[in-house]
Amino acid sequence: MARLMVSASDVLKIAPHIVFRFDDTRQRWVMMAPERLMLPDEQAVEILKLVDGKANVGEIVDALAARYTGAPRELIAKDVTAMLQDLADKGCLAGDPAH
Amino acid sequence: MIQRIDPPLALLAELSHRCPLRCPYCSNPVELERASSELSEAEWRRVLGEAARLGVLQVHFSGGEPMVRRDLEALIGAASEAGLYGNLITSGTLGGERELAAFARAGLKHVQLSFQDHDREGNDRIAGLAGAHARKLAFAAAVRAVGLPLTLNMVVHRQNLDGVSSMIDFAVEQGARRLEIAHVQYYAWALANRAALLPTRDQLDAATEIVEAARARLRGILAIDYVVPDYHGVRPKSCMNGWARRFINISPSGRALPCHAAEIIPGLDFPSVRTASLEEIWYRSAAFNRFRGTDWMAEPCRTCERREIDWGGCRCQALLLAGDAARTDPVCALSPDHFVVEAALAEAKRAPPAFVYRRF
Repeated sequence: MARLMVSASDVLKIAPHIVFRFDDTRQRWVMMAPERLMLPDEQAVEILKLVDGKANVGEIVDALAARYTGAPRELIAKDVTAMLQDLADKGCLAGDPAH
Repeated sequence: MIQRIDPPLALLAELSHRCPLRCPYCSNPVELERASSELSEAEWRRVLGEAARLGVLQVHFSGGEPMVRRDLEALIGAASEAGLYGNLITSGTLGGERELAAFARAGLKHVQLSFQDHDREGNDRIAGLAGAHARKLAFAAAVRAVGLPLTLNMVVHRQNLDGVSSMIDFAVEQGARRLEIAHVQYYAWALANRAALLPTRDQLDAATEIVEAARARLRGILAIDYVVPDYHGVRPKSCMNGWARRFINISPSGRALPCHAAEIIPGLDFPSVRTASLEEIWYRSAAFNRFRGTDWMAEPCRTCERREIDWGGCRCQALLLAGDAARTDPVCALSPDHFVVEAALAEAKRAPPAFVYRRF
Protein backbone atom coordinates (compact mmCIF):
# COMPACT_ATOMS: atom_id res chain seq x y z
CA MET A 1 0.00 0.00 0.00
CA ALA A 2 1.64 3.23 -1.16
CA ARG A 3 0.49 6.81 -0.84
CA LEU A 4 -1.42 8.13 -3.86
CA MET A 5 0.46 11.23 -5.02
CA VAL A 6 -1.77 13.47 -7.11
CA SER A 7 -0.28 14.83 -10.33
CA ALA A 8 -1.67 16.47 -13.49
CA SER A 9 -1.77 13.24 -15.51
CA ASP A 10 -3.69 11.24 -12.87
CA VAL A 11 -7.22 10.11 -13.57
CA LEU A 12 -9.03 9.98 -10.24
CA LYS A 13 -12.40 8.83 -9.09
CA ILE A 14 -14.31 8.99 -5.83
CA ALA A 15 -13.36 5.83 -3.90
CA PRO A 16 -16.07 3.14 -4.01
CA HIS A 17 -16.91 3.37 -0.30
CA ILE A 18 -17.24 7.18 -0.37
CA VAL A 19 -20.61 8.78 -1.00
CA PHE A 20 -20.73 12.26 -2.50
CA ARG A 21 -24.31 13.37 -2.88
CA PHE A 22 -26.78 16.19 -2.49
CA ASP A 23 -28.59 16.13 0.85
CA ASP A 24 -32.20 17.24 0.45
CA THR A 25 -32.67 17.91 4.18
CA ARG A 26 -29.81 20.39 4.41
CA GLN A 27 -29.94 21.52 0.78
CA ARG A 28 -26.20 21.07 0.31
CA TRP A 29 -23.65 18.57 -1.00
CA VAL A 30 -22.15 16.17 1.53
CA MET A 31 -19.30 13.69 1.36
CA MET A 32 -19.55 10.64 3.55
CA ALA A 33 -16.55 8.56 4.52
CA PRO A 34 -15.97 5.95 7.21
CA GLU A 35 -17.05 7.59 10.47
CA ARG A 36 -16.56 10.98 8.94
CA LEU A 37 -18.81 13.51 7.28
CA MET A 38 -17.41 16.30 5.16
CA LEU A 39 -19.32 19.40 4.08
CA PRO A 40 -17.46 20.62 0.98
CA ASP A 41 -17.81 24.32 0.19
CA GLU A 42 -19.13 25.54 -3.16
CA GLN A 43 -15.69 25.57 -4.76
CA ALA A 44 -14.87 22.05 -3.58
CA VAL A 45 -18.24 20.81 -4.88
CA GLU A 46 -17.45 22.19 -8.34
CA ILE A 47 -14.11 20.35 -8.32
CA LEU A 48 -15.55 17.09 -6.99
CA LYS A 49 -18.25 17.04 -9.68
CA LEU A 50 -15.43 16.90 -12.24
CA VAL A 51 -13.70 13.93 -10.54
CA ASP A 52 -15.38 11.31 -12.70
CA GLY A 53 -12.78 8.64 -13.47
CA LYS A 54 -12.41 10.01 -17.02
CA ALA A 55 -10.80 13.47 -16.94
CA ASN A 56 -7.26 13.73 -15.60
CA VAL A 57 -6.32 16.38 -13.05
CA GLY A 58 -4.88 18.66 -15.74
CA GLU A 59 -8.13 18.52 -17.69
CA ILE A 60 -10.12 19.28 -14.53
CA VAL A 61 -7.94 22.35 -14.03
CA ASP A 62 -8.51 23.36 -17.67
CA ALA A 63 -12.26 23.10 -17.23
CA LEU A 64 -12.16 25.24 -14.09
CA ALA A 65 -9.80 27.79 -15.68
CA ALA A 66 -12.25 28.16 -18.58
CA ARG A 67 -15.06 28.72 -16.08
CA TYR A 68 -13.25 31.14 -13.74
CA THR A 69 -11.38 33.39 -16.10
CA GLY A 70 -10.45 35.81 -13.29
CA ALA A 71 -7.95 33.42 -11.66
CA PRO A 72 -4.60 32.40 -13.20
CA ARG A 73 -4.43 28.75 -14.26
CA GLU A 74 -1.35 28.07 -12.09
CA LEU A 75 -3.20 29.20 -8.98
CA ILE A 76 -6.20 27.00 -9.82
CA ALA A 77 -3.85 24.06 -10.48
CA LYS A 78 -2.16 24.53 -7.11
CA ASP A 79 -5.45 24.76 -5.17
CA VAL A 80 -7.04 21.82 -6.98
CA THR A 81 -3.99 19.57 -6.52
CA ALA A 82 -3.75 20.44 -2.82
CA MET A 83 -7.43 19.70 -2.27
CA LEU A 84 -7.32 16.41 -4.16
CA GLN A 85 -4.13 15.35 -2.35
CA ASP A 86 -5.79 16.01 0.98
CA LEU A 87 -8.81 13.93 -0.04
CA ALA A 88 -6.53 11.16 -1.37
CA ASP A 89 -4.71 11.11 1.96
CA LYS A 90 -8.07 10.71 3.69
CA GLY A 91 -8.75 7.68 1.49
CA CYS A 92 -11.59 9.39 -0.39
CA LEU A 93 -10.12 9.12 -3.89
CA ALA A 94 -8.85 6.21 -5.93
CA GLY A 95 -6.51 6.24 -8.91
CA ASP A 96 -7.62 4.52 -12.10
CA PRO A 97 -5.15 1.75 -12.99
CA ALA A 98 -6.40 1.77 -16.62
CA HIS A 99 -4.78 5.16 -17.17
CA MET B 1 -34.62 31.97 24.01
CA ILE B 2 -35.71 30.02 20.94
CA GLN B 3 -32.82 28.10 19.43
CA ARG B 4 -32.73 26.52 16.03
CA ILE B 5 -32.42 22.75 16.35
CA ASP B 6 -30.50 21.13 13.52
CA PRO B 7 -31.41 17.61 12.40
CA PRO B 8 -29.15 14.78 13.65
CA LEU B 9 -26.25 13.65 11.48
CA ALA B 10 -25.70 10.14 12.78
CA LEU B 11 -27.57 7.29 14.41
CA LEU B 12 -25.88 4.73 16.61
CA ALA B 13 -27.99 1.59 16.41
CA GLU B 14 -27.13 -0.61 19.36
CA LEU B 15 -28.74 -3.77 18.06
CA SER B 16 -28.00 -5.92 21.10
CA HIS B 17 -26.08 -5.88 24.34
CA ARG B 18 -25.09 -9.52 23.78
CA CYS B 19 -21.36 -9.98 23.10
CA PRO B 20 -18.89 -12.87 23.35
CA LEU B 21 -16.24 -10.53 24.83
CA ARG B 22 -16.02 -9.40 28.45
CA CYS B 23 -13.86 -6.25 28.17
CA PRO B 24 -13.39 -4.53 31.54
CA TYR B 25 -13.96 -1.10 29.93
CA CYS B 26 -17.16 -1.96 28.06
CA SER B 27 -19.22 1.15 27.37
CA ASN B 28 -22.51 -0.71 27.63
CA PRO B 29 -24.42 -0.03 30.83
CA VAL B 30 -23.64 -2.13 33.88
CA GLU B 31 -27.30 -3.23 33.78
CA LEU B 32 -27.42 -4.89 30.35
CA GLU B 33 -30.66 -5.29 28.40
CA ARG B 34 -31.81 -8.86 27.73
CA ALA B 35 -32.31 -10.38 24.28
CA SER B 36 -36.07 -10.73 24.89
CA SER B 37 -36.47 -6.94 25.12
CA GLU B 38 -34.64 -6.18 21.85
CA LEU B 39 -36.40 -4.32 19.03
CA SER B 40 -37.67 -6.54 16.22
CA GLU B 41 -36.51 -6.33 12.63
CA ALA B 42 -39.73 -4.53 11.67
CA GLU B 43 -39.22 -1.98 14.45
CA TRP B 44 -35.64 -1.30 13.38
CA ARG B 45 -36.75 -0.92 9.75
CA ARG B 46 -39.24 1.72 10.80
CA VAL B 47 -36.59 3.53 12.88
CA LEU B 48 -34.10 3.52 9.99
CA GLY B 49 -36.70 5.00 7.63
CA GLU B 50 -37.65 7.68 10.15
CA ALA B 51 -33.98 8.48 10.69
CA ALA B 52 -33.34 9.05 7.00
CA ARG B 53 -36.41 11.28 6.69
CA LEU B 54 -35.28 13.26 9.74
CA GLY B 55 -31.95 14.02 8.05
CA VAL B 56 -29.65 11.36 9.51
CA LEU B 57 -26.86 10.59 7.04
CA GLN B 58 -24.85 7.84 8.67
CA VAL B 59 -25.84 4.79 10.68
CA HIS B 60 -23.46 2.82 12.85
CA PHE B 61 -24.56 -0.75 13.57
CA SER B 62 -23.14 -1.54 16.97
CA GLY B 63 -23.90 -3.28 20.24
CA GLY B 64 -22.77 -5.30 22.10
CA GLU B 65 -21.88 -7.39 19.12
CA PRO B 66 -24.28 -6.56 16.26
CA MET B 67 -23.51 -9.83 14.49
CA VAL B 68 -25.54 -11.73 17.08
CA ARG B 69 -28.57 -10.44 15.17
CA ARG B 70 -29.71 -12.72 12.38
CA ASP B 71 -31.48 -9.85 10.65
CA LEU B 72 -28.34 -7.71 10.38
CA GLU B 73 -28.08 -8.17 6.62
CA ALA B 74 -31.71 -7.10 6.20
CA LEU B 75 -31.16 -4.04 8.38
CA ILE B 76 -28.04 -3.04 6.45
CA GLY B 77 -30.09 -3.33 3.27
CA ALA B 78 -32.93 -1.25 4.70
CA ALA B 79 -30.47 1.46 5.76
CA SER B 80 -28.82 1.50 2.38
CA GLU B 81 -32.14 1.72 0.54
CA ALA B 82 -33.07 4.68 2.73
CA GLY B 83 -29.86 6.44 1.62
CA LEU B 84 -28.00 5.99 4.90
CA TYR B 85 -24.24 5.39 4.91
CA GLY B 86 -23.83 2.10 6.77
CA ASN B 87 -20.96 1.27 9.10
CA LEU B 88 -20.50 -1.98 11.02
CA ILE B 89 -18.78 -1.78 14.41
CA THR B 90 -17.82 -5.30 15.43
CA SER B 91 -15.58 -7.42 17.62
CA GLY B 92 -15.02 -9.77 14.67
CA THR B 93 -15.63 -12.87 16.77
CA LEU B 94 -18.81 -14.07 15.04
CA GLY B 95 -19.27 -14.79 11.35
CA GLY B 96 -16.84 -14.22 8.52
CA GLU B 97 -16.54 -13.94 4.76
CA ARG B 98 -19.98 -15.31 3.89
CA GLU B 99 -21.74 -12.76 6.11
CA LEU B 100 -19.46 -9.91 5.06
CA ALA B 101 -20.00 -10.60 1.36
CA ALA B 102 -23.76 -10.47 1.95
CA PHE B 103 -23.41 -7.21 3.91
CA ALA B 104 -21.36 -5.66 1.11
CA ARG B 105 -24.04 -6.68 -1.42
CA ALA B 106 -26.68 -5.16 0.87
CA GLY B 107 -24.85 -1.82 0.74
CA LEU B 108 -22.54 -1.76 3.77
CA LYS B 109 -19.81 0.84 3.28
CA HIS B 110 -17.26 0.20 6.01
CA VAL B 111 -16.19 -2.10 8.83
CA GLN B 112 -14.68 -1.03 12.12
CA LEU B 113 -13.05 -4.01 13.81
CA SER B 114 -11.90 -3.89 17.42
CA PHE B 115 -8.72 -5.38 18.79
CA GLN B 116 -8.02 -5.27 22.50
CA ASP B 117 -4.26 -5.45 21.87
CA HIS B 118 -2.02 -6.18 18.89
CA ASP B 119 -0.78 -9.54 20.21
CA ARG B 120 -2.71 -12.68 21.08
CA GLU B 121 -1.80 -12.85 24.75
CA GLY B 122 -2.73 -9.22 25.49
CA ASN B 123 -5.84 -9.27 23.31
CA ASP B 124 -7.34 -12.42 24.79
CA ARG B 125 -6.55 -11.45 28.39
CA ILE B 126 -8.20 -8.02 28.06
CA ALA B 127 -11.14 -9.36 26.01
CA GLY B 128 -11.63 -12.14 28.56
CA LEU B 129 -12.02 -14.70 25.77
CA ALA B 130 -9.49 -17.34 24.71
CA GLY B 131 -9.11 -17.56 20.93
CA ALA B 132 -10.54 -14.09 20.30
CA HIS B 133 -7.39 -12.78 18.59
CA ALA B 134 -7.28 -15.66 16.10
CA ARG B 135 -10.93 -15.09 15.19
CA LYS B 136 -10.32 -11.38 14.70
CA LEU B 137 -7.37 -12.05 12.38
CA ALA B 138 -9.57 -14.32 10.27
CA PHE B 139 -12.29 -11.67 10.26
CA ALA B 140 -9.86 -8.95 9.10
CA ALA B 141 -8.79 -11.25 6.25
CA ALA B 142 -12.45 -11.72 5.30
CA VAL B 143 -13.02 -7.95 5.24
CA ARG B 144 -10.08 -7.60 2.86
CA ALA B 145 -11.32 -10.50 0.74
CA VAL B 146 -14.73 -8.89 0.14
CA GLY B 147 -13.12 -5.50 -0.53
CA LEU B 148 -14.71 -3.47 2.26
CA PRO B 149 -12.57 -0.69 3.76
CA LEU B 150 -11.28 -1.55 7.20
CA THR B 151 -10.70 0.54 10.29
CA LEU B 152 -9.06 -1.05 13.30
CA ASN B 153 -10.16 0.23 16.67
CA MET B 154 -7.75 -0.15 19.56
CA VAL B 155 -8.93 0.89 22.98
CA VAL B 156 -5.86 1.89 24.98
CA HIS B 157 -5.18 2.21 28.71
CA ARG B 158 -2.30 1.82 31.13
CA GLN B 159 -2.04 -1.96 30.56
CA ASN B 160 -1.48 -1.79 26.77
CA LEU B 161 -0.54 1.80 25.94
CA ASP B 162 3.20 1.10 25.90
CA GLY B 163 2.60 -1.10 22.86
CA VAL B 164 1.16 1.71 20.73
CA SER B 165 4.01 1.56 18.22
CA SER B 166 3.35 -2.16 17.61
CA MET B 167 -0.39 -1.43 17.30
CA ILE B 168 0.30 1.02 14.47
CA ASP B 169 2.52 -1.50 12.63
CA PHE B 170 -0.14 -4.15 13.18
CA ALA B 171 -2.85 -1.95 11.62
CA VAL B 172 -0.73 -1.45 8.50
CA GLU B 173 -0.07 -5.21 8.29
CA GLN B 174 -3.80 -5.87 8.52
CA GLY B 175 -4.49 -3.62 5.52
CA ALA B 176 -6.44 -1.03 7.51
CA ARG B 177 -6.72 2.46 6.04
CA ARG B 178 -7.73 3.92 9.38
CA LEU B 179 -6.73 3.23 12.94
CA GLU B 180 -8.62 4.55 15.91
CA ILE B 181 -6.51 4.72 19.03
CA ALA B 182 -9.11 5.51 21.62
CA HIS B 183 -8.27 5.99 25.26
CA VAL B 184 -10.76 4.41 27.61
CA GLN B 185 -13.44 6.78 28.79
CA TYR B 186 -14.51 6.30 32.36
CA TYR B 187 -18.14 5.30 32.43
CA ALA B 188 -19.94 2.08 33.30
CA TRP B 189 -17.55 -0.89 33.47
CA ALA B 190 -14.54 1.34 32.79
CA LEU B 191 -15.27 3.53 35.80
CA ALA B 192 -15.38 0.43 37.99
CA ASN B 193 -11.94 -0.46 36.61
CA ARG B 194 -10.48 3.04 36.50
CA ALA B 195 -7.57 2.38 38.85
CA ALA B 196 -6.52 -0.53 36.60
CA LEU B 197 -6.91 1.46 33.36
CA LEU B 198 -6.01 5.14 33.72
CA PRO B 199 -2.52 5.75 32.30
CA THR B 200 0.09 7.96 33.92
CA ARG B 201 1.02 11.29 32.37
CA ASP B 202 4.46 9.98 31.35
CA GLN B 203 2.90 6.97 29.61
CA LEU B 204 0.45 9.22 27.80
CA ASP B 205 3.08 11.70 26.62
CA ALA B 206 5.31 8.92 25.27
CA ALA B 207 2.38 7.39 23.35
CA THR B 208 1.25 10.74 21.95
CA GLU B 209 4.74 11.40 20.60
CA ILE B 210 4.78 8.00 18.84
CA VAL B 211 1.35 8.64 17.31
CA GLU B 212 2.33 12.09 16.02
CA ALA B 213 5.46 10.69 14.36
CA ALA B 214 3.53 7.80 12.80
CA ARG B 215 0.86 10.14 11.42
CA ALA B 216 3.49 12.06 9.48
CA ARG B 217 5.30 8.90 8.34
CA LEU B 218 2.11 7.12 7.21
CA ARG B 219 0.30 10.03 5.55
CA GLY B 220 -1.89 8.67 2.76
CA ILE B 221 -1.36 5.08 3.94
CA LEU B 222 -2.93 4.94 7.38
CA ALA B 223 -5.04 7.69 8.93
CA ILE B 224 -4.79 7.64 12.72
CA ASP B 225 -7.59 8.99 14.86
CA TYR B 226 -6.29 9.54 18.34
CA VAL B 227 -8.50 10.54 21.23
CA VAL B 228 -6.62 11.53 24.37
CA PRO B 229 -8.06 10.77 27.79
CA ASP B 230 -9.91 13.81 29.05
CA TYR B 231 -8.73 13.25 32.64
CA HIS B 232 -5.31 14.46 31.54
CA GLY B 233 -6.68 17.52 29.75
CA VAL B 234 -7.22 21.08 30.95
CA ARG B 235 -10.59 21.61 29.26
CA PRO B 236 -13.32 18.99 28.83
CA LYS B 237 -14.09 17.16 25.62
CA SER B 238 -16.96 18.45 23.50
CA CYS B 239 -18.94 15.36 24.42
CA MET B 240 -21.07 14.18 21.47
CA ASN B 241 -20.40 17.67 20.02
CA GLY B 242 -23.00 18.89 22.50
CA TRP B 243 -26.06 17.21 23.97
CA ALA B 244 -28.55 16.29 21.22
CA ARG B 245 -26.83 18.40 18.59
CA ARG B 246 -25.63 15.71 16.15
CA PHE B 247 -26.16 12.18 17.48
CA ILE B 248 -28.99 9.95 18.41
CA ASN B 249 -28.43 6.61 20.04
CA ILE B 250 -31.00 3.82 20.13
CA SER B 251 -30.52 1.15 22.78
CA PRO B 252 -31.34 -2.52 22.04
CA SER B 253 -34.80 -2.17 23.58
CA GLY B 254 -35.54 1.03 21.67
CA ARG B 255 -34.74 3.75 24.14
CA ALA B 256 -33.57 6.93 22.39
CA LEU B 257 -30.61 8.65 24.01
CA PRO B 258 -28.39 11.65 23.17
CA CYS B 259 -25.41 9.37 23.93
CA HIS B 260 -25.00 5.72 24.85
CA ALA B 261 -24.28 6.47 28.52
CA ALA B 262 -27.08 8.98 29.14
CA GLU B 263 -29.48 6.48 30.73
CA ILE B 264 -27.59 6.78 34.02
CA ILE B 265 -28.82 10.36 34.46
CA PRO B 266 -31.71 10.32 36.95
CA GLY B 267 -34.87 12.34 36.42
CA LEU B 268 -34.81 12.16 32.63
CA ASP B 269 -37.50 10.14 30.90
CA PHE B 270 -35.83 8.90 27.73
CA PRO B 271 -38.51 8.14 25.16
CA SER B 272 -38.83 4.81 23.40
CA VAL B 273 -39.02 4.48 19.63
CA ARG B 274 -41.80 1.97 20.37
CA THR B 275 -44.11 4.78 21.47
CA ALA B 276 -42.80 7.92 19.76
CA SER B 277 -41.42 8.88 16.36
CA LEU B 278 -37.77 9.89 16.05
CA GLU B 279 -38.91 13.33 14.95
CA GLU B 280 -40.95 13.87 18.13
CA ILE B 281 -38.07 12.55 20.19
CA TRP B 282 -35.40 14.71 18.55
CA TYR B 283 -37.25 18.01 18.45
CA ARG B 284 -39.78 17.85 21.27
CA SER B 285 -38.87 15.41 24.03
CA ALA B 286 -37.97 16.93 27.40
CA ALA B 287 -34.94 14.61 27.73
CA PHE B 288 -33.35 15.72 24.45
CA ASN B 289 -34.02 19.39 25.21
CA ARG B 290 -32.77 19.21 28.80
CA PHE B 291 -29.09 20.03 28.11
CA ARG B 292 -29.37 21.46 24.61
CA GLY B 293 -27.57 24.71 23.91
CA THR B 294 -26.29 26.83 26.80
CA ASP B 295 -29.36 27.93 28.79
CA TRP B 296 -29.05 25.07 31.27
CA MET B 297 -25.50 26.01 32.24
CA ALA B 298 -24.38 27.32 35.62
CA GLU B 299 -21.04 28.98 36.33
CA PRO B 300 -18.25 28.61 35.40
CA CYS B 301 -19.71 27.44 32.03
CA ARG B 302 -22.43 30.08 31.68
CA THR B 303 -20.03 32.96 30.99
CA CYS B 304 -17.12 30.87 29.66
CA GLU B 305 -15.90 31.85 26.21
CA ARG B 306 -15.65 28.14 25.35
CA ARG B 307 -19.30 27.35 26.20
CA GLU B 308 -20.20 26.76 22.54
CA ILE B 309 -16.95 24.86 21.89
CA ASP B 310 -17.04 22.20 24.58
CA TRP B 311 -20.71 22.61 25.58
CA GLY B 312 -19.87 22.15 29.26
CA GLY B 313 -18.16 18.81 28.63
CA CYS B 314 -19.92 15.58 29.45
CA ARG B 315 -23.21 15.44 31.38
CA CYS B 316 -22.66 11.82 32.39
CA GLN B 317 -19.21 12.57 33.74
CA ALA B 318 -20.59 15.51 35.73
CA LEU B 319 -23.10 13.13 37.28
CA LEU B 320 -20.59 10.36 37.96
CA LEU B 321 -17.85 12.56 39.40
CA ALA B 322 -19.72 15.54 40.87
CA GLY B 323 -23.09 13.95 41.61
CA ASP B 324 -25.11 16.33 39.40
CA ALA B 325 -25.46 16.13 35.59
CA ALA B 326 -26.06 19.91 35.39
CA ARG B 327 -22.66 20.85 36.83
CA THR B 328 -19.51 21.60 34.84
CA ASP B 329 -17.64 18.48 33.77
CA PRO B 330 -15.08 18.01 36.57
CA VAL B 331 -12.25 17.31 34.14
CA CYS B 332 -12.31 21.06 33.41
CA ALA B 333 -9.62 22.74 35.52
CA LEU B 334 -12.12 25.57 36.18
CA SER B 335 -14.65 23.18 37.75
CA PRO B 336 -15.03 23.44 41.55
CA ASP B 337 -15.11 19.61 41.52
CA HIS B 338 -11.81 19.20 39.66
CA PHE B 339 -10.10 17.77 42.76
CA VAL B 340 -11.85 14.41 42.18
CA VAL B 341 -10.05 14.08 38.85
CA GLU B 342 -6.74 14.99 40.46
CA ALA B 343 -7.35 12.23 43.03
CA ALA B 344 -7.95 9.70 40.24
CA LEU B 345 -4.73 10.75 38.52
CA ALA B 346 -2.83 10.28 41.78
CA GLU B 347 -4.34 6.79 42.07
CA ALA B 348 -3.01 5.97 38.57
CA LYS B 349 0.53 6.21 39.88
CA ARG B 350 0.01 3.19 42.18
CA ALA B 351 0.09 -0.48 41.15
CA PRO B 352 -3.05 -1.45 39.18
CA PRO B 353 -5.66 -3.71 40.82
CA ALA B 354 -7.05 -6.78 39.00
CA PHE B 355 -9.72 -6.28 36.32
CA VAL B 356 -13.42 -6.61 37.11
CA TYR B 357 -14.68 -8.26 33.90
CA ARG B 358 -18.00 -7.43 32.34
CA ARG B 359 -20.52 -10.21 32.93
CA PHE B 360 -24.00 -10.89 31.68
